Amino acid sequence: MPKDGGIGASTTRREDVRFLTGKGNYTADINTFGQAAAIFVRATVANGVIKSIDTSAAAEMPGVLAIFTGEDFVDVGGNPAGWLINSRDGEPMKEPKRPVLAHGKVRHVGDAYAAVIAETEQQARDAAEEVIADIEELPAIIDMAAALAGDAYVHDEIATNQCFDWGWIEDNRAATDEAIKNAPHVTTLELVNNRLVPNAMEPRASIGTYDAAGDSYLLQTTSQNPHLTRLLISAFVMGIPENKLTVIAPDVGGGFGSKIYHYGEEALVLAAAKKVGRPVKWVADRTESFLTDAHGRDHVTKIELACEKDGTFIAFRTETLANVGAYLSNFSTATPTFLHGTLMAGNYTVPNVYVNLKAVFTNTAPVDAYRGAGRPEATYSIERVIDMAARELGIDPVEIRRKNFIKPEQYPFGTAAGLEYDSGNYDALMDKMEAMVDRKAFEERRKQSEANGKMRGLGINAYVEACGIAPSNLVGVLGSRVGLYDAATVRVNATGNLSVMVGAHSHGQGHETVFPQIVGEMLGIDPQSVDIVHGDTSKIPFGMGTYGSRSLAVCGSAVVRATEKIIAKAKKIAAHMLEAAADDLDFTDGQFTVKGTDKSVGFGDVALKAYIPHEFPIEDIEPGLEETAFYDPANFTYPSGAYACEVEVDPDTGKVTIERFTACDDFGNVMNPMIVSGQVQGGVVQGIGQALLENTTYNADGQLLSASYMDYVMPRADDLPFIAVDHSDGTPCTHNPLGAKGCGEGGAIGSPPTVVNAVIDALQSGGKNVTHIDMPLTPARVWAAMNNA
Amino acid sequence: MYAFDIERPSTIADAVKALSDEDAQALGGGQTLIPTLKQRLAMPATLVSLTGIGEMQGVCIGDNGEVCVGGATNHATVAAETASSYPGLSGLAGNIGDPAVRNRGTVGGSLANNDPSACYPAAALGSGATIITNTRQIAADDYFQGLFETALDEGEVITEVRFPVPEAAHYEKFVQPASRFALVGVFVAKYADGVRVAVTGASENGVFRWTEAEAALAADFSAGALDGLSVPADGMISDLHGSSEYRAHLVKVMTGRAVAAC
Repeated sequence: MPKDGGIGASTTRREDVRFLTGKGNYTADINTFGQAAAIFVRATVANGVIKSIDTSAAAEMPGVLAIFTGEDFVDVGGNPAGWLINSRDGEPMKEPKRPVLAHGKVRHVGDAYAAVIAETEQQARDAAEEVIADIEELPAIIDMAAALAGDAYVHDEIATNQCFDWGWIEDNRAATDEAIKNAPHVTTLELVNNRLVPNAMEPRASIGTYDAAGDSYLLQTTSQNPHLTRLLISAFVMGIPENKLTVIAPDVGGGFGSKIYHYGEEALVLAAAKKVGRPVKWVADRTESFLTDAHGRDHVTKIELACEKDGTFIAFRTETLANVGAYLSNFSTATPTFLHGTLMAGNYTVPNVYVNLKAVFTNTAPVDAYRGAGRPEATYSIERVIDMAARELGIDPVEIRRKNFIKPEQYPFGTAAGLEYDSGNYDALMDKMEAMVDRKAFEERRKQSEANGKMRGLGINAYVEACGIAPSNLVGVLGSRVGLYDAATVRVNATGNLSVMVGAHSHGQGHETVFPQIVGEMLGIDPQSVDIVHGDTSKIPFGMGTYGSRSLAVCGSAVVRATEKIIAKAKKIAAHMLEAAADDLDFTDGQFTVKGTDKSVGFGDVALKAYIPHEFPIEDIEPGLEETAFYDPANFTYPSGAYACEVEVDPDTGKVTIERFTACDDFGNVMNPMIVSGQVQGGVVQGIGQALLENTTYNADGQLLSASYMDYVMPRADDLPFIAVDHSDGTPCTHNPLGAKGCGEGGAIGSPPTVVNAVIDALQSGGKNVTHIDMPLTPARVWAAMNNA
Repeated sequence: MYAFDIERPSTIADAVKALSDEDAQALGGGQTLIPTLKQRLAMPATLVSLTGIGEMQGVCIGDNGEVCVGGATNHATVAAETASSYPGLSGLAGNIGDPAVRNRGTVGGSLANNDPSACYPAAALGSGATIITNTRQIAADDYFQGLFETALDEGEVITEVRFPVPEAAHYEKFVQPASRFALVGVFVAKYADGVRVAVTGASENGVFRWTEAEAALAADFSAGALDGLSVPADGMISDLHGSSEYRAHLVKVMTGRAVAAC
């Protein structure tokens, strides 16, 4: 049993009190004296040459303080890609400049080419309508295959529309080709991994403030990643020295990846604040979120699975086109490559894997990491083609997976896609899933559905993912331009309570609850006496932010290391107080005790001594009790899972209803089971959204047809089943001190193929010769597939 | 949103007078108009709110037994107050949008807007309702004139809608999953002198009567009577959520389900 509030306890989330009582402090809630408003003027065409921009009428409008166009930023830098990818021929990727405001051309609907600063938002909007741009519309480049084949370009200097042509692992290519050529059975599947709009509940917002006295800037912004934002603005975009720029990301209402990145609006409000001498605030409306937040997924893939007749896997080979949109967002080049290709061996001992991926520029919003980031794309391709192969070979879908699973005794296991998995037990997950599903009774449930005129299907899935992206030494070799450690400072105050400054940023994850559970457990103190400080670059040593399910595995480990340092120092102080040697002390439940005696001193007394160092061995020990640790992991962590979904399909309408959903995950050691369950359920809901509902559609002119909630379908409670989750018997991560893996994305990674496998199973059971439908499986698509079959 | 003035008349006469200004715009429950204003897609100088007019509120039974609904009555009120007098209408009103929409949106606002995917046009046309305005009475068959087009003149206000009560009726809606408007909605009403089948959500011309189905159902009021009938895909809406063929197919499926539920 976990201690109350300790590691493993389902402690109630303390941050929820303020969120649920309207006391959160979001960027849009912040209002400062004298603040002005910024409104962006955005392209209404997908591709066009900016012939001229006339701001004279707008400048005369009431309340207008300043107007910016791309001309104002020609001398500053661009927003860079964070990861350099080399093509198969060794050529570095094509990296067009991404300016603060569009200059020369607009490249997607929503691309900002001017910004108006006015006394009020209303005045800025009024004036923005008076900015007269002469933009010569060019044909839009939307379809990826057409983009590669055509003679019109998103960026004139990239006369192929191709960012890179990547092979992974290029040295395995010939062997994989040969294996597939000679294989007894090859299953081929062409599929689309549909583009998604992240739809964080809180739209992006930024406030820039300039202090002329110190020539320094403050950016308050909706970020998952304030230090990276500061670094990018300082080193690449604006040249503001890092020590003159503070970035604060206060409460942030969801990100799902879309707020990892630095966006031009953040640079604009800083430049504007300096120019007008007042704080400048911008809050996106929902339309801007749809048009300009970095989207997710958008792959077109052909995958082949070669296997023996008994279902033993011989090779996976994929060819994928990955849409990067009009500009390279910060992690847009890493997501389809090292977060996708490296996972293409899945949970399997398959000896041959080869991935070819071409990244393509189009006149659409930039595409970047979105919950799961590359790994959902990998899992979807692998697990769909396995299901199809199992059906072709007449093998049970669970059995074909078990036959090829990496077995527990094989860890650490080096996969054919280049990763070394440290731990896992996929058969155990499958056992548990089958028991929870009560698979034996499925045929009965199917009969019942058929009696009601419905087709019922069971879809199953296994996934493994890589999170806590690391280590810095490796990612540096692979092209990352940043390190991927994290940092924490544990500050013990004189009266014994603690402030813990963490580089991870919480925007829904529950860090304010979980990190104190860890520190409280380690120090034997009440977690309620520990407060977490995050999201402020002026208070935190450094941080790489929150994404890729890394907060616990990486930053949590930094918290552990810093707390260990605190214990080591406190022990020295305690030893002095107890007139004993530090090595002779035990530390349990917050008490330092001389071994074999009843002499002891409490942690609180030691803390007080550190700050009131009377009779203190000042030559040996510094006063104070504060420690910082940077933690750089040795490897990714590898969460895994076995999922099941049961659906009913209405043969008259094509409507899919999810009847049951089961998620068995291995997240290693779990710090707070309640929060982990919530993470899985939220991720599964997003995966169901991708599988059944979310249909991001640009028309041939590059207009986003699904640009509002009247057309973009978010999952709602009545679209969803009860989601049964289990994560009770994880195999600990072997290389971080918590043994934790990461739970933020598994649900979104594991669920889409599970749902699609279930629908195909239902249609097959109803005698429909349908082997694949591209997501989202809307009623209309399912109906069309049934009726063309 | 652009700046505008708002007037809140308490009588129909005052409302009509306020609407005589050519830059004035009637405001019912605002479920379409307010989002339009927020997007700066409309710029009325004055909004004339109709929801404060007492004589346009409420549900009663008319002299000929018809259900009379004040033009400014919201959907939730209609759902509650017609539950026993006209369950088919009550069911339709009770499934429009969500509770917030149902407690703001009004029957007059919905019919005046005549969104091709709205539910109320199906009820009005399917019931052979009479649209009462400040100047005249318009039969539903004459009222709906295409996409967002109606017989209303500029400044004319729907004060009341009178629904003849059928022997049986049911509205079957297949929702567009994002907006929760009707992807296809079919209102079937069986009267002593015939059957009416009104279809919303499907046609590029807005709500329409499926007369072949009406004839077949008049002879045999069962879902099986629709066997062999089909709706041509020509003229059906085709969008992100469904092709014209899919909508045409759903018209028949929803009609059958509505009949079965009657």
